[in-house]
Amino acid sequence: MTSVIYDPIYEARPTYLNIAHTVRSWLLTKDHKRIAILYIISITLFFMIGGGAATLIRINLVTPDGVFVDQETYNRLFTIHGVVMVFFFLVPSIPATLGNFLIPLMVGARDLAFPKINLASWYMFMGGGALALSAIFMGGMDTGWTFYTPYSSAFGNSHVALAIAGIFLAGFSSIFTGFNFIVTIHKMRCPGLTWFRLPLFCWSMYATSLIMVLATPVLAITLTLVAIERLTGVGIYDPAIGGDPVLFQHMFWFYSHPAVYIMILPGMGVISELMTCFSRKRVFGYTFVAFSSLAIAMLGFLVWAHHMFDAGISLYSGLVFSMLSFMVAVPSAIKVFNWTATMYKGSVALDTPMLYALGFIGLFTIGGLTGVMLATLGLDMHMHDTYFVIAHFHYIMVGGMVMAYLGGMHFWWPKISGRMYPEWWGRISAILIFLGFNLTFFPQFIAGYLGMPRRYHSYPPELQVYNVLSSAGASILAVGYLLPLAYFLWSLKYGKIAGPNPWRATGLEWQTSSPPPKDNFEKTPIVDQEAYAYHLMAPTGHVPEEAEAATG
Amino acid sequence: MAEHSLVAHQFEDADQQREVATLGMWTFLATEILFFGAVLVAYGVYRLRWPDAFRQGSIDLKWYLGGFNTAVLLISSFFMAMGVHAAQLGHSKKLVVYLILTVILGTLFLVVKGTEYYIEYEEGLVPGPITFKVHPPPESEENGFIRAFKTFEKKVEPWTAAETESETRPPQERLFMTFYFILTGIHATHMIIGIGLLLTLIVLAKRGHFTANHHNAVEIAGLYWHFVDTVWVFLFPILYLLRNP
Amino acid sequence: MFRSFSIFPPEASNFALDVDLLLAFEVGVSVLFTVLIAACVIYFALRYRRRSQYDVPPRLPSPMMLEVTWSVIPFLIMLVMFFWGGNIYVRAKRPPEHAIEIQVIGKQWMWKIQHSNGAREINSLHIPMGQPVRLIMASQDVIHDFGIPAFRVKQDVLPGSFTDEWFTATELGEFHIYCDQYCGAEHAKMIGTVVVMDPQKYAQWLAGAAGDEPPANAGSRLFVTYGCNACHGTRGPTLAGLYGRDVQLDDGSTVKADEAYLRESIIEPAAKVVKGYPTIMPSYRAQLSEEQIMQLVEYIKSLGAARSDKGVMLAPATQPVNGQSPDRIPNFPPARQPPWIGQPPGSPGKSP
Repeated sequence: MTSVIYDPIYEARPTYLNIAHTVRSWLLTKDHKRIAILYIISITLFFMIGGGAATLIRINLVTPDGVFVDQETYNRLFTIHGVVMVFFFLVPSIPATLGNFLIPLMVGARDLAFPKINLASWYMFMGGGALALSAIFMGGMDTGWTFYTPYSSAFGNSHVALAIAGIFLAGFSSIFTGFNFIVTIHKMRCPGLTWFRLPLFCWSMYATSLIMVLATPVLAITLTLVAIERLTGVGIYDPAIGGDPVLFQHMFWFYSHPAVYIMILPGMGVISELMTCFSRKRVFGYTFVAFSSLAIAMLGFLVWAHHMFDAGISLYSGLVFSMLSFMVAVPSAIKVFNWTATMYKGSVALDTPMLYALGFIGLFTIGGLTGVMLATLGLDMHMHDTYFVIAHFHYIMVGGMVMAYLGGMHFWWPKISGRMYPEWWGRISAILIFLGFNLTFFPQFIAGYLGMPRRYHSYPPELQVYNVLSSAGASILAVGYLLPLAYFLWSLKYGKIAGPNPWRATGLEWQTSSPPPKDNFEKTPIVDQEAYAYHLMAPTGHVPEEAEAATG
Repeated sequence: MAEHSLVAHQFEDADQQREVATLGMWTFLATEILFFGAVLVAYGVYRLRWPDAFRQGSIDLKWYLGGFNTAVLLISSFFMAMGVHAAQLGHSKKLVVYLILTVILGTLFLVVKGTEYYIEYEEGLVPGPITFKVHPPPESEENGFIRAFKTFEKKVEPWTAAETESETRPPQERLFMTFYFILTGIHATHMIIGIGLLLTLIVLAKRGHFTANHHNAVEIAGLYWHFVDTVWVFLFPILYLLRNP
Repeated sequence: MFRSFSIFPPEASNFALDVDLLLAFEVGVSVLFTVLIAACVIYFALRYRRRSQYDVPPRLPSPMMLEVTWSVIPFLIMLVMFFWGGNIYVRAKRPPEHAIEIQVIGKQWMWKIQHSNGAREINSLHIPMGQPVRLIMASQDVIHDFGIPAFRVKQDVLPGSFTDEWFTATELGEFHIYCDQYCGAEHAKMIGTVVVMDPQKYAQWLAGAAGDEPPANAGSRLFVTYGCNACHGTRGPTLAGLYGRDVQLDDGSTVKADEAYLRESIIEPAAKVVKGYPTIMPSYRAQLSEEQIMQLVEYIKSLGAARSDKGVMLAPATQPVNGQSPDRIPNFPPARQPPWIGQPPGSPGKSP
């Protein structure tokens, strides 16, 4: 498995990490791998801020009359939680970290197509984050992350415009990341790497990038219009001069629904990689999984008004969007079935990344099926804007996406850092997170069906039991998240040295050393097999022709 | 070798670099289409809902200034295309000349646009609860254009609040003017960025940076400029020309 | 006692049972699929666990038939869900003809409810059991949502237009009303109670409830105060029997005169002009509050709803001359001025 013999010559070779140590070499780097690490640090920071807000929210909800914080503060807390988690953690998470690190490696290139734009995207992200953080420190905003008008445009009195400016910059950062990926995957694949030999992670990232590039500008302009209305009072969404507050909702959700696919598709890409490696088998139905990513991206643009069934849209619109929402569930179902079938007659190892992947499959299935319940018009009538919706999207975002992110981080940690994390701590954290997560969010389904509305600082006493269970789960979840932070940092100094391919996985990124050299490969690889060709791999983990090309 | 150092390290060869840059610019333009498209859709929704008020808004705009600007931009695109052609042939001096002409026309566009904004301000068309006034009462002596200049030359006082308080203008026209300023404002911002790009190219071209084999930056800037021109070609009729019932 | 630990709200309306049954079906399907997938995953993880690092699993084909099967079957099940859910939704969006109508105005952070006889209440809604009730709702400021979990209905309440929802209560008792659209600081306090009463007790309550005059009466006074009767009834389109009729507009289209049309005609009369009439009615948006608009609408409704022979509004007997009604009301603003450039004032100018 991993190398246990310390080889001083191997250790002294130049890698992207040890090639320079100055602060300048990090802050002005154009190396996609270093930029990925900059992003890992930033989004971890934002995850902690968003998680801190969530902690305060859950503490407040332990008692029905909300004595922990007052109403105004509570409203700002859930807004901050939403804005930070959506725009500054989930949207960039896998793309900007694992995507940035892995895509050039997976396609056999030396770097992304536009390295300077990549660095610029990190600076824009940090700039946007700084603006959003200043808005938060100056008192925050209380409109909800959805900024519904006319409350956000004319009635709210918090730092909305500043927060919008921050989100605008973060959005542009994601556009730059997306278009970098699209161009790289189109034009910089190494010889022999046809589209249908690409790892499924690249297909998912490609679909994600399409959404990022096409949907984010709509968010940018929608929020800009809100900011303009706040600053100048022109009244774009003001019914008194003919404006329509529901138009904001259409425009907002036209981005924000595809945005949720930006958040989940990369996670699905990671799961494809994990399921194949830890079953040591090619994925079941490669073509279907690849095309389902594109189908989700395209159909995802057509379903936005399912957030608005009760908003005053016409009956006809409701029926159309409901039908389209059912259709978009089908490609996701295909993926889940295909991943499960991948395990059939495989060689399954339950290492930490696999535990996260299996947890993803279970939790994403539940989240997706409850999404189907919400797409059902007759049920949404009752469940709209209740905790049922909150539970549904947390099952997908946290039970799905965050678990995929952690699974991916564990899987590629040896490649990124050259070290292994401690395996048993990894498994314990994965199980803690899975249990804590379910305890936190499953009671919310029940509370939601009982009618508990979203964004409520206080609630009727009969709902207390579910809230207490949920808050108890949240404390377990918090411990589960802090553990990986601790042991990843620990492993940087004390972790076992990982060789080039500790998991004996296929994929070009594993055919170079860990950590990789600055230009990724000693020599440009040449690919002549399908993806996940585990049946061709020697037990030692080298794929014959690629090994020659990489080292020869 | 001069050729080699012009290819960034992540690319295999100059061809790949060129293709990558071109695909990148097209992808970027796709994002811009969505950016403008979203505002245009919102504008379209409101136009369908308040056709008369929006028609009044189109009537209140100065079509002759908009038309002049359209001609200016189309000619500037022609010069840009000539510049790209010169770059393809390696004629650096001609390239510089054409780029300078494009920049001049682009700046002229912005000057005319600024004048138009000023006139609209004087006419009380700028949206906002305080500044949106109404058409001057028919009894006044000059139309808005001349009055604006006279005000500028300090020969006449701007209209007072009393003069402008009549209700001939439908309130939804304020929506129209909001969209007009936002659309043309964003377009003008893109023009300014484009002019900046072209100025950079002029400096580089003067230094002899572009050759017949290596001038991709000019092509890409050309794409961007033509795109900004195309956006205007859509904005002009949608904002200025829909004046008949 | 069990109520506190129930996972279902009380089933207290005509929709509740349908919604709960549909939920049970969907939960059942979800549990089935989740258990199926979990069972497969656990079984495969155990049965095919890695025995040695030298395992080389076979390269298996991916039969297309399997892919198609597990795409089509879930899609068909979802079609069932779509039609079932859609059916409930369509019923919920089509209030019955003779529902009791109650007006709801949402404002930060309270609900003002007014019955048709003028009885008013704040944050509570008394209704009779067994009769369909239709709520006509508007907001005075931001978007709210009037939600009653026990009835399984909710609807956003918008500023600038009317929305409605309807239900028939099937159980006596008191049930929660929640505001289900975040609306600012005291969103969580914008809650109330639906009180479902015996029809006789309801009638008694209604008769004795504190309140102003019926909204229709208030509307009739507003009609005179604001000068509506100056045009309507003589030279403007007549309003008697208007509610529920089809109206022919000047662009040739036909619309139904429902509450939304009446409201729009008060605040934005130029949007839909009746055929044969000039566009001279001014907007009353700046002068009337939402409540007053509702009262005027109720008054117009009380002037007689459409009968079964739905006629179309005809042009008035007096034809307009030169685009202007023969007796122009003085001091009303003139029609929109066409643009004029380079022409002396006073000339007719070009038509737009």
